[in-house]
Amino acid sequence: MAKMHIALRVNNRQVETLAEPRILLIHLLREELGITGPHIGCDTSHCGACTVDMNGRSVKSCTVFAAQAHGAEIITIEGLASADGSLHPLQEAFREHHGLQCGFCTPGMITRAYRLLQEIPNPSEAEIRHGIAGNLCRCTGYQTIVRAIRAAAERLNMPKEAAE
Amino acid sequence: MSAEIESAQARTQKLEGLGTRRKRVEDARFTQGKGNYIDDLKLPGMLFGDFVRSPYGHARVKSINKDAALELPGVKAVLTADDLKPLKLHWMPTLAGDVQAVLADEKVLFQGQEVAFVVAEDRYIAADAVDLVEVDYEELPALVDPTKSMAADAPVLRDDLKDKTSGAHGPRKHHNHVFTWEVGDAEGTARALRDAAVIAKERIVYQRVHPCPLETCGCVASMDKVNGHLTMWGTFQAPHAVRTVASLISGIPEHKIRIISPDIGGGFGNKVGVYPGYICSIVASIVLGVPVKWVEDRMENLQATAFARDYHMTGEIAATRDGRVTGLRCHVLADHGAFDACADPAKYPAGFFSICTGSYDIPVAHVTVDGVYTNKAPGGVAYRCSFRVTEASYFIERMIDVLARKLDIDPAEIRRRNLIRKDQFPYQSALGWEYDSGDYQTALDKALSAVGYAALRDEQRRNRDAFRRGETRKLMGIGVSFFTEIVGAGPIKNCDILGLGMFDSCEIRVHPTGSAIARLGTISQGQGHATTFAQILASEIGIPAANITVEEGDTDTAPYGLGTYGSRSTPVAGAATAMAGRKIRAKAQMIAAYLLEVHDDDLEWDVDRFRVKGAPERSKTMTELAFAAYNNVPPGMEPGLEAVSYYDPPNMTYPFGAYVCVVDIDVDTGVTEIRRFYALDDCGTRINPMIIEGQVHGGLTEALAIAMGQEMEYDEYGNLKNASLLDFFLPTAVETPNWETDYTTTPSPHHPIGAKGVGESPNVGGVSAISNAVNDAFAHLGLTHTQMPHDHWRVWKTAQRLGLTAA
Repeated sequence: MAKMHIALRVNNRQVETLAEPRILLIHLLREELGITGPHIGCDTSHCGACTVDMNGRSVKSCTVFAAQAHGAEIITIEGLASADGSLHPLQEAFREHHGLQCGFCTPGMITRAYRLLQEIPNPSEAEIRHGIAGNLCRCTGYQTIVRAIRAAAERLNMPKEAAE
Repeated sequence: MSAEIESAQARTQKLEGLGTRRKRVEDARFTQGKGNYIDDLKLPGMLFGDFVRSPYGHARVKSINKDAALELPGVKAVLTADDLKPLKLHWMPTLAGDVQAVLADEKVLFQGQEVAFVVAEDRYIAADAVDLVEVDYEELPALVDPTKSMAADAPVLRDDLKDKTSGAHGPRKHHNHVFTWEVGDAEGTARALRDAAVIAKERIVYQRVHPCPLETCGCVASMDKVNGHLTMWGTFQAPHAVRTVASLISGIPEHKIRIISPDIGGGFGNKVGVYPGYICSIVASIVLGVPVKWVEDRMENLQATAFARDYHMTGEIAATRDGRVTGLRCHVLADHGAFDACADPAKYPAGFFSICTGSYDIPVAHVTVDGVYTNKAPGGVAYRCSFRVTEASYFIERMIDVLARKLDIDPAEIRRRNLIRKDQFPYQSALGWEYDSGDYQTALDKALSAVGYAALRDEQRRNRDAFRRGETRKLMGIGVSFFTEIVGAGPIKNCDILGLGMFDSCEIRVHPTGSAIARLGTISQGQGHATTFAQILASEIGIPAANITVEEGDTDTAPYGLGTYGSRSTPVAGAATAMAGRKIRAKAQMIAAYLLEVHDDDLEWDVDRFRVKGAPERSKTMTELAFAAYNNVPPGMEPGLEAVSYYDPPNMTYPFGAYVCVVDIDVDTGVTEIRRFYALDDCGTRINPMIIEGQVHGGLTEALAIAMGQEMEYDEYGNLKNASLLDFFLPTAVETPNWETDYTTTPSPHHPIGAKGVGESPNVGGVSAISNAVNDAFAHLGLTHTQMPHDHWRVWKTAQRLGLTAA
C-alpha cells in the first residue's frame, strides 16, 4: 500500500514520517514514534485510554487516521510536564488523591482533564463527571479522579504568586 | 508525654509503616505515561500474531485453506491444529483439570474460538491475513441454555469426552456434564425443611458477566534458539504458575523458561488462566526464531477470554415464625461454557461456594452444584472475588431478604436475629468452614446508625403513601447486605492448583547501608503492592518504606508463589512478608547482642532499633545492624542480612462488612438512581487506609456494573450479542455515585499482622446491596425477587408487570 508523507508536531517536536493511509494515529504514536503513554483499551472509541490532544481538542486517537493528523499539533501525556521536568498540577493531583490504580486509563484520563480544565477552568463536580464521561476507568470508581481534577483546577486558578 | 516517647512516635511516622496513608510509589511512572504494559514492549524483529476465530457457536471444521493468507506479503506463518498436532500442543490442560483446544480440532464449540493463528510483520498485515484464511464450516445445533445441557436429546458438545464416564471431579452422568459437587448434610437439611414453620424458596440467577479489565490479555514470547531459553512477557496474574504450566505443556525444562509480568492494566480474574494466544505465540516464536507478540482486541477479550459467574441457583430456606433460620438448601446449575477453565483450587470445582451460609448461624445446610457444558466461551473465573464467593453471597443475601418478605420482618432485623455472635468465633459453619474472627453485631449497628436506617424506613413509608396518592412517580428502595468473604487461599492441606500448593512467598535482602529489596510471588495489577508491602516490612524491620524496593513478576528473580487473585496477596504474601521480616529482625537482634555485649534476651525492639532493657541509651539501629551484618557478625554466624519465607496459611481469612444502598426508581422510565451507598468494611488490620478506600470504591463500581447492567447475552445460535463496549456496560463517571466508606477493625487471629484482605469485599457485598435495594422498592407490592441486571429496561418491565406504569 502506497505510503503518505505525514508531518505533525508531537509534544512540541516536529515529526515527519511515511505511513499507510489506513494507519491509525494511536499506532503511529505508539509503534512509529515510541510514544506509549496513550493506550489501546477498546478499538471502538468508547474507553478513552487512547485520548490525546489534537489542535486544542481531546480526540480518541484510535479513531483518527494518522493522515488526518497531518499538520496537527498533538499533545500526549508525555508532553504535559514542563520543560524543566516539573509535573503538571493534574499529574501531581492524581497521585495526591489516589486517582489511579492500575494506571492504564491514567494517561488518557489526565490528557482529557488537561483539555477539560481549559474548556471549563472552574468545573463543578457534575461538569467534571460529564467532561470525563468518554474515559472509562475500571479501578477507581472515579470518585478520587473527580477529586484530583477539582484539586488541580483550584491549584491552576490560584493567583501565580500564591501558587508559588 | 516524655521526650523519648515523642521521638519513638516521630521515628514511627518516618517509617510510613502499617496504618499510614502512604502515597503510592507506582504513580510517578503511570501519571507520566511511563508505565510498561505488555503492548508497550517492542523487541527487534518482533512479529505480530492474530487469530482466525469461529463465527459460529457450534460447527464442524471441514477444511482450512491458508494459501491466500500465506501469499500475502509480510505473512510469516499460519498455524492450525494440524500444525500443532505433531508437537501435541493442539490441546492444553486447563487449570480446572479439563482440556481446552488451543486451535480448533475438527470442531468449534463457541463463537470466537481460536481456529488458526496468523503471524505477520505487523498487526495490520496480520488482520488482512486473518480475512484471507478460508475456513469451511458445517454448522451444528448450538446449545446455549444450560438448563437444556443435560436433556436426553442435547447435542454432544465435547466429542473428546463423549465416552468418558468420569472427569477431574468425579463421575459424569451425561455427555454435557462436567461434575457434580456436593457438600453438607442432605438428610439433616431435608429434615429441617420438613419440620420448618416457614419455608422460602427462590430461583436466583447470577448472570454471565466479564471482568473486562481496561487492558486486554496479551503476551510476547521470545525463544532464544542458541541456548534454548524461552522468555515470555505477559498479562499474567500468576507468573510462576504460568511458567510451570508452560514447561509441562511445551516440554521446555522449567529452568529455561522465564516469565515476566510487566505492569498490568487491571486483571480482576481475567488474567489468571492460560490462553491459546500464549501457546500459539510460544510455538510461533520457536518455529520462526523471532519474538512474537499477541494482544487481543476488546471484542476478542469479551468473546473468548475468561468470563465469570453464570450460576443458576435454587434456594430453600427454613425458618421459625420469628425469623430464625433453621436450615438452608441450595442447588446450582453452573454454566462452564465449552471447556472447564475456571481457576478454582483443585478440590473445589465450585470454588468456595459453600460459604453460602453467609454471616448467619445456620445449623444445617446442603449444597449441590452441577457443572455443565454449553456452546459459550470457557472461564468461570473469580471476577473480583474469591472463588465463587460473590455468587454465594448474592444467593444468601437475596434468600434472607426473600424470607424477610415472607415473614414481614424488616431485612435489617432478620439479619440481626441470625448473625453469628461475637462469642461464637472461631465459628464452625454447617458447610465446614472455620470463620477466624468477627464482630458482626457491632458492624451492623454502626452501619444502620450511620445511615439513619429507621428514618430511611420512615421516609420510605411516606414515599409509598405519596406514590399511592399519585403525588410522585418514584419509589424508594433500601438494600441491606451483610457479607462474609472467604479469602487468602490457602492452606496447602486443602488448596492447590494443578498440584501446586497455594502458599506464597517473600524474599528480603537488606543492603549494607540499611535499605532493602523485597521480592514476592504475587503480582500487582493496580493494587499498589510496591507501596503496601513496603509498609508491612517497614513496621517489621524498622527501615522506612521509602527505602524498600518491592519487586514482583519476574520468575527468574522472585521466589515461587501462586500469584494475585482471590484477595490472596495480603493474607498469604503479606503474611510471608511479615514472617521474612521477622527472620531479618531475629538475625539483627543476635548481631545487636554481640555488638552491645549483652544476651539476646536483654534486648528489646523499639521501632527501628534494639535497646538494652533497663539501659535505653545503649542501642543499635537497624541501619547500624545492616552494616554490621556485612563486616562484624558474631563468630560462627554467616554474614549478610537476607531472609525468605514461604507462608502456608493455617486458615483462610474472613473479611466482612455491612452495606446499605438507597435507590430511587422512576417507574415510568425504569431509571434507577443510587441516592446513597454506605459501605462498612472490616478487613482486619488496615495497612494503608487510602488504598483500602480506593479498593472499596473500585469494587463497588464493578458491583454497580454487574447489578445494574452487565450481562453477556447470547442468542440461540451462540452469538454473543454485546461483545463491545458499546453494548457491554461499563459505568462512566456519570452513572457512578459517590461511595461512603467506613470500617471496623477485627484482626485475623492467625495472620501475622492480623490483615484479612479487602480488594474483593466491595464486589461481593455491593451486588447484593444494590439488588436488594431494587427489589425492596417493589416489596410492598408483593415482589420477592427479580433477576439482575437491574437495567432501566428490566426495572421498567418489573414496574409494568406490577401495574405501575401508564397503560
